[in-house]
Amino acid sequence: MAYKILKKKRLAPGLYDFLIEHTTIPLYARPGQFLIIRIDERGERIPITIAGVQENSVRIIVKCVGKSTYKLAMMKEGEHVLDVVGPLGNPSEIDCYGRVCVIGGGVGIAPLLPITKALKGASNHITAILGAATAEFLILEEEFRELSDELIITTDDGTIGKKGLVTHRLEELLNAGERFDRIWAIGPTVMMKFVSAIATRQEIPCWVSLNPIMVDGTGMCGACRVEIDGNMKFACVDGPEFDGRFVNWNELIKRQHQYKEQEKAALELFKKEAGDLSWL
Amino acid sequence: MALKKRVPMLEQSPEERIKNFSEVALGYTEELALLEANRCLQCPTHPCISGCPVEINIPAFIKAICEKDYKKGIEILKDTNNLPAICGRVCPQEKQCEAQCVLGKVKGNDSVAIGRLERFLADLDLSLEISKHRSDTENTGKVAVIGAGPAGLTVAADLARMGYEVTIFEAFHRAGGVLIYGIPEFRLPKDIVEKEVNYVISLGVKIEYNQVIGRTIPFRKIRQDFDAVFIGIGAGAPRFMGIPGSNLNNIYSASEFLTRVNLLKANEFPKYDTPVRIANRVVVIGAGNVSMDAARTARRLGAEEVLVIYRRSEAEMPARLEEYHHALQEGIIFHWLTQPVEYIGDINNNVKAMKCIKMKLGVPDESGRRRPIPIDGSEFIVETSLVIEAIGQKANSVLRTGFPGLKLNKWGYIEADPETGATNLEGVFAGGDIVTGAATVIEAMGAGKRAARAIDSYIRSLKRA
Repeated sequence: MAYKILKKKRLAPGLYDFLIEHTTIPLYARPGQFLIIRIDERGERIPITIAGVQENSVRIIVKCVGKSTYKLAMMKEGEHVLDVVGPLGNPSEIDCYGRVCVIGGGVGIAPLLPITKALKGASNHITAILGAATAEFLILEEEFRELSDELIITTDDGTIGKKGLVTHRLEELLNAGERFDRIWAIGPTVMMKFVSAIATRQEIPCWVSLNPIMVDGTGMCGACRVEIDGNMKFACVDGPEFDGRFVNWNELIKRQHQYKEQEKAALELFKKEAGDLSWL
Repeated sequence: MALKKRVPMLEQSPEERIKNFSEVALGYTEELALLEANRCLQCPTHPCISGCPVEINIPAFIKAICEKDYKKGIEILKDTNNLPAICGRVCPQEKQCEAQCVLGKVKGNDSVAIGRLERFLADLDLSLEISKHRSDTENTGKVAVIGAGPAGLTVAADLARMGYEVTIFEAFHRAGGVLIYGIPEFRLPKDIVEKEVNYVISLGVKIEYNQVIGRTIPFRKIRQDFDAVFIGIGAGAPRFMGIPGSNLNNIYSASEFLTRVNLLKANEFPKYDTPVRIANRVVVIGAGNVSMDAARTARRLGAEEVLVIYRRSEAEMPARLEEYHHALQEGIIFHWLTQPVEYIGDINNNVKAMKCIKMKLGVPDESGRRRPIPIDGSEFIVETSLVIEAIGQKANSVLRTGFPGLKLNKWGYIEADPETGATNLEGVFAGGDIVTGAATVIEAMGAGKRAARAIDSYIRSLKRA
């Protein structure tokens, strides 16, 4: 086992772009799928959506939020993570829909990239809305500029693009008479929830990529169960993409907080041991 | 002169063991094993053998113990059973070999403790140099085995011993399947599993970890690259009761709860990164072996009070008696004839109570057990902040998408010939829980043994053609 980190690039504070060596993921991965990484012998299984593949490697973009992602971000090129399993989950349903709006928030912009590429390849007209906290945290702008017929940038503080949320920009477009056949939204759960609310009002199918707490990622444990249109689904094998109009968002958000106290305690302890992490 | 009662096995005291995850049963010393082995009548009819799904020559290995020829005893065991240290611990011997024992049928006598003697020999073997059993005749066929659980390991070991080149594809980072993620350390230490897996590897079997066939590698690719395929992926998908509130926080499937602790060592959080929740009062639903494992694990994680709720009565409980007794000794409380009907959550979506209803038993149903019927108006509330549902598994839905063309039955399990494991696809065999639904470790191993023979004759027929 053990999978080599071929490349690591700092995109923004606490935000890293990795290429991890893998022989089969590049052959079989399709947009929308994810992988599970275990960093070391004591590591937990971390699900991460795939940002792209190259000939002998898989690309992931990781934001430091908890102990495991900090640990990953601290690893260097040439070092190895212990386990990589993928691709998992169902691929995105790529087709020629017509006019598609792709919406990415924060690190969620990363998995949106291969999906957008595939949608463009299927001859869709692409409107991309990318949102970040500040200009510093906006990722993959250039890649999206090439792929999109229209690119809209928005930041919380207005340091780049328009000030505000991605949902504001979507509302503006729709109010101006723009019509979309499909929406893809990937980002923080709250962002996906509010995009889905707009999609519900406008009756637009709206794919979102859910990231509930997950353990095995193969349908074995049921940790990632989500309520979709009143039915219990497992995000790992039935998803991770679902039509956001039918997701029980409030339940999902609360389930994501299940280990909040433990996660916080583990991170505090790790920060004490690891020393100053402000360089990350 | 022989003892009427079986020689007891040493165990950790209940007060001690609820504070640790070390093995409860400590096994026999040589002295105790000899005492027990000498109880065997060496009867000519040896019905015990027919009670064993893999037909171990039981009287012969017990005789070898009596003669202190342990090497021979180990050889006899390994002749039919590649994983004896595991079987000696987790087989339901009281329903299999030991149920048939002639001595046990004599009034006032216990049957011979065959499982404990198997464990004695197997543990001895693990501490000695491992003898290889690889065949000299090279059959040079290539076989892929999907899943490194009891069925897969057995097929692989048997075929390797016949001279085949075998590769196991395992979804997790460790081999053993349910032996690793499901059965707790205190019942089956993981280093025992690891040693027996290493024995299988020593026979020439290759194990590729982190491979979810049907997802990470397409099934068609496996079929192209190998002469035959065995699917032994288990029935890993958890069942939920599906009552209102099932998605509240701190309601676990037993698979999730046990995987977090057994495979990912959540009991050592934060030294290990995977967390698990615990509560003062934990409710476990269901009364099978998995439920006992979950309840006893919860106790060890620090739960003061663990309740097991079961909709039928003690008489219908599917768990092994030994596990049930161990659970009782550890202070687990059982509520029979009780069925949860709804979970109640707090403002943060955490479970805080469950509404249950009392049941009575009606006429026997298709399982032969008396059907539980709710008693109207008997609802009551049980307060709890952690629930583990241990009501069984079902077929993983990945089968439907990941294995195109494979014929499944109406429950989603693979349709396979019970004798050979042959499926509707040429050269594809299956066995274990993914064919039968959740069963025992030894039954999965039995299916593996039969499939190994069938795969051998299939590949031989290919070569003749």
